[in-house]
Amino acid sequence: MQVTLDVKRFNSEDPSSKPYDQAYTLDVEEYFTVLDALIRVREYKDPSLALRCSCRSAICGSCAMRINGHAGLACKTKLVDVMVGGKVRVEPAGNLPVVKDLIVDLKPFVDKIRAVEPWLKPAGPDPKREYIVPNETMQHLVGVMGCIMCGACVSDCTVMEVDKNFLGPAALAKAYRFVGDPRDGAVKDRLKALNEYTGIWDCTRCMECIQACPKGVAPMDRIMALRDKAIVSGLHNTNGARHAEAFADLVKKNGVLDELRLVPRTYGMFNLMNMNAMFAAIPVGWRALTHGKLPPIMPHKLHGKENQDAVQHIYDKVEGHKP
Amino acid sequence: MKVAFYPGCVARGGCPELYTATLQVCRKLGIELDELVGAACTGAGVLQEKDRKLGDALNARTFAMAEKKGLPIMTICSTCQGVMSQANKRLKDSPEYLAEINAILKEEGLEYKGTAEIKHLLWVMVEDIGVAKVKPLLTRKLQDLRVAPFYGCYIVRPSWALGFEQHPDRKGALEEMIEAVGATVVDYEGKTKCCGLPILLINEKNSLEMVAKHTSTVQDLGANAMVTPCPLCHLNLDGYQPKASKQAGIRIHMPILHLPQLIGLAMGFSPKEMGMERHIVSTKEVEAAIEHAGRAPVAAGHH
Repeated sequence: MQVTLDVKRFNSEDPSSKPYDQAYTLDVEEYFTVLDALIRVREYKDPSLALRCSCRSAICGSCAMRINGHAGLACKTKLVDVMVGGKVRVEPAGNLPVVKDLIVDLKPFVDKIRAVEPWLKPAGPDPKREYIVPNETMQHLVGVMGCIMCGACVSDCTVMEVDKNFLGPAALAKAYRFVGDPRDGAVKDRLKALNEYTGIWDCTRCMECIQACPKGVAPMDRIMALRDKAIVSGLHNTNGARHAEAFADLVKKNGVLDELRLVPRTYGMFNLMNMNAMFAAIPVGWRALTHGKLPPIMPHKLHGKENQDAVQHIYDKVEGHKP
Repeated sequence: MKVAFYPGCVARGGCPELYTATLQVCRKLGIELDELVGAACTGAGVLQEKDRKLGDALNARTFAMAEKKGLPIMTICSTCQGVMSQANKRLKDSPEYLAEINAILKEEGLEYKGTAEIKHLLWVMVEDIGVAKVKPLLTRKLQDLRVAPFYGCYIVRPSWALGFEQHPDRKGALEEMIEAVGATVVDYEGKTKCCGLPILLINEKNSLEMVAKHTSTVQDLGANAMVTPCPLCHLNLDGYQPKASKQAGIRIHMPILHLPQLIGLAMGFSPKEMGMERHIVSTKEVEAAIEHAGRAPVAAGHH
């Protein structure tokens, strides 16, 4: 079988170098992974092609790159699964500076992991022996502990694409690993820090990280769990928390969403800090009004009282069981 | 075919033009709509931030209602589609969880058996009706339009909740429909990325930067319209485009069409019938291109 690898190349050490595409056509076996093919190129066709790899079995996390535009491990991706018309596009991971060809600089990635203080901070004096924790309280951390720090989630994060300061999916998943640890004594402080700008509320819920992660860590799900923990711990004073709470409240009341009231309730009705945002929303609201696009002033309600009651009943049942 | 129609909150609120366009287009397509008027909001992923189980229970209730009717659910919103698909997968994957949720629904006399099928209109056109059968209804060839697809996150990710393995056509369905109306597809990397709406009220700067990025990219590629199957994307890409353009310091003018509007225009409906005067970004250029197409003879039996 033949494949053409269309590789995006770049050398940051050469000041005159600009990114360029190079195609390599080669014979491969059916069972080849993208990494097998890249290694074959480097060994037999072009020793100047730079890539990073080690274990070749999806454990070390070295070979994360973009394959046909989406991040993944080259060693875990079979060629036959991604070939389109005999071609595969290979690019370095996104949202990180390129050192050479398919190698990116992981320093910004590691710096953000460090920023969430990824170590246990137990409260009180050390126990005489080991910490004893019930198995069930650690179960939910198994997924995040599976992170191999490959950077695939960061590569495809749509927020980091527009905001380099966002902590990002890998660091926030790591933060969850400690916030959720029954032995940690600094949970409230951690949540307070994560509650700031560039933290948990800046995620758009686009699911790119869930799709990209080769180990099932599902970073976005961890970010959502952190949001819930922040609200439950009493951190209500962010637009994000107000947004989630107002949304849930309005759906409870009407069964459907009342978009008009969601805006002021997210900004906080009498929140002086957000007055600017409220005023800035006026021209947009005016434009919507003049185009007949303003959501109904009298909120839509679910058809029929029995349906409204059923929705409230579900709320009471589910929320009533919450700790 | 007959479907249990789930329009979603935005088509009944901020984007009423989507609702009316859908009704007209579905009539022509021969899709009979049995609207689920008693079904609650899906939670849109926001409710799930607070309580995933609450969202799953509300969605299970909707599934049970459709199951009772014996009909597949049809959505017209990528977000509704994704949130319901994810909930459905969780319920189908775990009988214990399903039983737990059913215990909540029981008091209303409902039970979800786990058989609901949830399909966006986009998928219904491609899979159930088939492009070959839709095409003869598209009497106005929109050959002057260069259209950029914009999917909306939840109709593409996570792929394992959306049946992409059994239905590989879903991946390129929007491009397929753009081609079906006779327009040219403008391809770009951002078509499956985020529109920014979920963080509009939380980090407006980032949200608007996403709007500016996608709309200006396709503008540079020569697109004269963007089409989306998601009204939430429409709210941001259309409603906030003027503000995004100002923030980015780039002149952007990119009309955003709802998927049924594009299909409807190709069916011969007028821009007014498709509610295009409700858009924030003027669709004048699109209308001009259509008028031109209206005068061009339609090649019979072209398909």
